[in-house]
Amino acid sequence: MDLARRVRRGELSAVSLARQSLATIDALDGASNARGSGLGALLTVDAEGALAAASTVDRALARARDEGVTERALEARYPLAGLVVGVKDAFCTRGLRTTCGSKMLERYVPPYDAHAVSRLREAGAVIVGKCNMDEFAMGSSTENSAYFAAKNPWDPSRVPGGSSGGSAVAVAASLCHVALGSDTGGSVRQPAALTGVVGFKPSYGRISRYGLVAFASSLDVVGPIASCVRDAELVYAALAGRDRRDATSLDRPVERADFSRSDRALAGARIGVAREYFDAVSAEVRATVLAALEACERAGAVLVELSMPHTRYALAAYCVLAAAECSANLARFDGIRFGASRATGFGREVARRILLGTYVLSAGHKEQHYERALRARTLVARDFDRAFEGDARVDVIATPTTPTVAWSLGDRIADPLAMYESDICTLPASLAGVPAISVRCGVVREQDRPLPVGLQLAGPRFADARLLEIALAIEQNLAEFVG
Amino acid sequence: MLALSELETIIGVEVHARLLTRTKLFCRCGTQPSAPNTRVCPVCAGLPGALPSLNEAAVAMGVRAGLALGCTINATSRFDRKSYFYPDLPKGFQCTQYAVPLCERGRLELEASARDGAASRRSVGIRRIHLEEDAAKSVHEAASGRSLIDFNRAGAPLIEIVSEPDLRSSSEASAYLRALRSALMFIGVNDGNLEDGSFRCDVNVSVRPRGSDALGARCELKNINSFRFVARAIEVESRKQREALSRGERVRQCTKQYNAERDDTVVLREKGEAEDYRYFAEPDLPPLVLPEGMIARERARVGELPWDKRARYQRDCGVSLESADTLVEHPALARYFERSIALGATPVRAANFIVNELRREVRYSGVEASFPIDEARLVELLALVDEGALSLKLAKDVYRRMVSDRVNASAVIDALGLSVIDDDARIEAVCVGVIRDNPRQADSFRAGKKGILGFLVGAVMKATDGRASPEKVNATLIRLLER
Repeated sequence: MDLARRVRRGELSAVSLARQSLATIDALDGASNARGSGLGALLTVDAEGALAAASTVDRALARARDEGVTERALEARYPLAGLVVGVKDAFCTRGLRTTCGSKMLERYVPPYDAHAVSRLREAGAVIVGKCNMDEFAMGSSTENSAYFAAKNPWDPSRVPGGSSGGSAVAVAASLCHVALGSDTGGSVRQPAALTGVVGFKPSYGRISRYGLVAFASSLDVVGPIASCVRDAELVYAALAGRDRRDATSLDRPVERADFSRSDRALAGARIGVAREYFDAVSAEVRATVLAALEACERAGAVLVELSMPHTRYALAAYCVLAAAECSANLARFDGIRFGASRATGFGREVARRILLGTYVLSAGHKEQHYERALRARTLVARDFDRAFEGDARVDVIATPTTPTVAWSLGDRIADPLAMYESDICTLPASLAGVPAISVRCGVVREQDRPLPVGLQLAGPRFADARLLEIALAIEQNLAEFVG
Repeated sequence: MLALSELETIIGVEVHARLLTRTKLFCRCGTQPSAPNTRVCPVCAGLPGALPSLNEAAVAMGVRAGLALGCTINATSRFDRKSYFYPDLPKGFQCTQYAVPLCERGRLELEASARDGAASRRSVGIRRIHLEEDAAKSVHEAASGRSLIDFNRAGAPLIEIVSEPDLRSSSEASAYLRALRSALMFIGVNDGNLEDGSFRCDVNVSVRPRGSDALGARCELKNINSFRFVARAIEVESRKQREALSRGERVRQCTKQYNAERDDTVVLREKGEAEDYRYFAEPDLPPLVLPEGMIARERARVGELPWDKRARYQRDCGVSLESADTLVEHPALARYFERSIALGATPVRAANFIVNELRREVRYSGVEASFPIDEARLVELLALVDEGALSLKLAKDVYRRMVSDRVNASAVIDALGLSVIDDDARIEAVCVGVIRDNPRQADSFRAGKKGILGFLVGAVMKATDGRASPEKVNATLIRLLER
């Protein structure tokens, strides 16, 4: 990112970037107006910590420049120099309150940094605060935050999506440069789509989950939200890699995306288009995504029609598996060690999923629900394998990220199933553990306001770099087209 | 109605043995005893976001235990979550191996032993050995009425060893437990300490008509902390069940505790209240695939097992079963015995002296022990007995002084003038005197009542403060009396 380069060169100070960010937050998101006109993107703003971190970065860079450290070495050491980052409140931050959007952790101050957070700091990023989210990442609108709902900057009467809604809003409204989210069933991609930014869910196991408050361990993935693919890749590369403390993080080299030939990356690229994903989406979203795909085709991509027949089982399988895992993961919040009692500490959605998860794992029900959901997950994953490896042999699968554009606050909050359905396009890639990214591919006008539409691209597991290359090419190709 | 004699008791045993690793099962906290809550980190405290990473040393020790007990070692096993709420269970679930344990289908052969009273050899099946984490320790303060929790123990590595219901009596159960404990100590995976809970026993007891194949309703006796109490608990519980059945009542499945003061078994919970642990595969840990070469490496570390040592002591050293059995109760004792022989001690004499005298003063500390005198001094002392320079009785007195004064045998002998009276003339003079003073006994010996000799020998020994060589006294008396 150019900003980071200019900070490394000393043309721009990290402190000035942090000040700028804090001023924007104050204007658009201040705690005082969070209940009124504010966007509600941040649950905790750490002005002091951010300025201190920024000044540490500036000093370290100045010293390194004095010592004659090459620009290349500085870039390797501080790839995110001075970038201001909003971190989803599901990541533990040492000495900084981490609520996970819940009353249960209202006063919880972790004694350690999550792996992703330490990597951000080491890379020279400045953490400005903790982003709003659905409680324990359970929700698709950020309305399940125990504190306040976040609002969509495109239209503050609408939701920004969720659960990493605060992170998406923070980037979309330029409160920070990039943000950290977590994606269990679409929690990075879906809010990114609804707020018109880029949300990347890497392959499962690519970024350590250590220090991410667990929702559903076999699905949780750490992912960046950024205003463009390049920034997303930059953050991804700084975070990815083996971490001994997360046994599910993988020990294989992290490939960097090669963006040098992005103008030609679409030529001959095979883009799978699975009809199942288009059946359930609104006509406007379908038309926008298909138009974007036609633009890709004009740029030389080959569109390959696919069927992914098990897509329709994804929602049910996800609900059962995520609930089952969360029922164990949240058992530690037993009213003894952390904050509140379970009755007052958990919101309705969290309580609902714990109850559901407890039920599907109970003797007499486990085979019928949990075990079947595991089998369904395997079938969903197989759909992806077939698309990537079989006759189709596509490089990526393109789908809408969400079935609709952002909806009005309150519209779905009383209807859990309608809320869950807003994730139907993102759930399959989560179940399969494959990387997926959402980029803005157009807008739909509703009540005379433009609302962004996301294009989701999913690639084979561990082909994160290739996926990012194609995503960047599409982003550039669409830049004119989107306007 | 069943007569008591038509019933047999069926016993199965579950042992939880703490592994002697330096660090805990899923984190790097130390396992050494220390002040409460000083060996705690986010992982073992179950803080939000923390994840387990498996300690390979614990896996190796589990494999070693499996090999020692003749188990099949599963090249791939897995961890499961066992959910239940208890204040000392920080995550609200225990990470254990349920569906696929590390080791299965082993066997432990019990020798018929006079001391344990087991009537005959018995082969006890080992159903499984699995790895799991320990819970924290609850400390209930009677004075304040408070319950305190020490998390030092949370996450300590355990193996659970589950026997088949192959045991038939309290003495067999205690023989099994002794053999198992000693085996685990010999292979260096457990310190065999029952008092501090390093080796914990749960016992399942049921009663059924002799010859029946079906198992009766069983009662689980939890956490008994001495082998004596295990035997008592089984006897009490077995009697209660037999009496119930003979009265025509049913035994109800339940969990009980043995109350040593009342010498009774007390119900903790009935089966109706049995918990549903909602097991499912631990998503934070990939399947446990044993590293290449681990099984071979651990096989080499098993070494000579106590039952093999016991057989060798009997076969090659002529040691009695009882003494051999005692010598292999603790690896340090066996080591001491073997070193004594290596230094030249006569095996049977060393075995007897160690078992009858020295053993009482051995101070055990885990798998190590401190001995009242070192092997070299023992060998020196026993050599004097072998040479006839010291009677066994005198040797015992010398040994006492060696222990109390921390000196070697010759120093004691010099100091006390304790050397054996080896002077034939002096012995003969004393014998003549004894015969003169006991004419009645001398006459009956001459009349053919040879058993009376012992009395006369005793009188000579008394007159010489036990310093005369008994063999020499015997011979001299016979020579004088038959003259």
